[in-house]
Amino acid sequence: MSARIQLPAEARRGEIIEVRVLIQHPMETGYRFNDSGTPIPRNVIHTILCAYNGTEVLRAEISSGIAANPYLQFFMVAESSGELLLTWIDDEGVRGTERQSLIVRE
Amino acid sequence: MFAGLCSLPSLSRAQSQVSDPAIVAVTKGARLVRERVKLEMPVIAENGNAVPLKVSVTSPMSATDYVKAIHLVSDRNPVRNMASFNLGPYSGRAELSTRVRLAGSQNVTAIAEMSDGSFWMDRTHVQVTLSACLDES
Repeated sequence: MSARIQLPAEARRGEIIEVRVLIQHPMETGYRFNDSGTPIPRNVIHTILCAYNGTEVLRAEISSGIAANPYLQFFMVAESSGELLLTWIDDEGVRGTERQSLIVRE
Repeated sequence: MFAGLCSLPSLSRAQSQVSDPAIVAVTKGARLVRERVKLEMPVIAENGNAVPLKVSVTSPMSATDYVKAIHLVSDRNPVRNMASFNLGPYSGRAELSTRVRLAGSQNVTAIAEMSDGSFWMDRTHVQVTLSACLDES
């Protein structure tokens, strides 16, 4: 599993920047059946956390209602240079992380 | 007599929203007004497996007046509470986009929960040509 975070290369202090996050995950709903007719167990990401320099900037509790390979676009205020840490956890308990740094100028 | 009046389905949309269990689970029965929230989705979605969605809420996003959370509720999906997003003053702008799954043509409701405890919403109908299959193998 992998993910991608897109941030502007740099921002001015106090600027509102756009964050785009894409996580590779099947988001298996649990309503599908395989070729032999057995149900495929549900396995969706239930929590996505984005923290900037240790401060939470977005928490998403999602369900099978979010498309496979979840995509999120949101905003945050750039206060200082640092790193955005993305964490996600699925029903099987698998946890993934991805980081992206941002330079904030005066 | 009043009880009879209230049960008329055509009387008001607000009545039906409040009695919807998936929405009450979000608002805890608080008043919900169709204002301040803008939900943008295509009118016709060819593929229900990934329908683009954008929610924006009118809010100053200041330390004292901000959007706490945005909730997405589907009318017909097996899991009706599609997602909840927690925001705060650090967000700067109360706007987000994602892609959702829709099991058939239906209404989607976006509910904004404000820092003062009030709830606002918008709702849109999406016609889905190919539903997000439940029995696809």
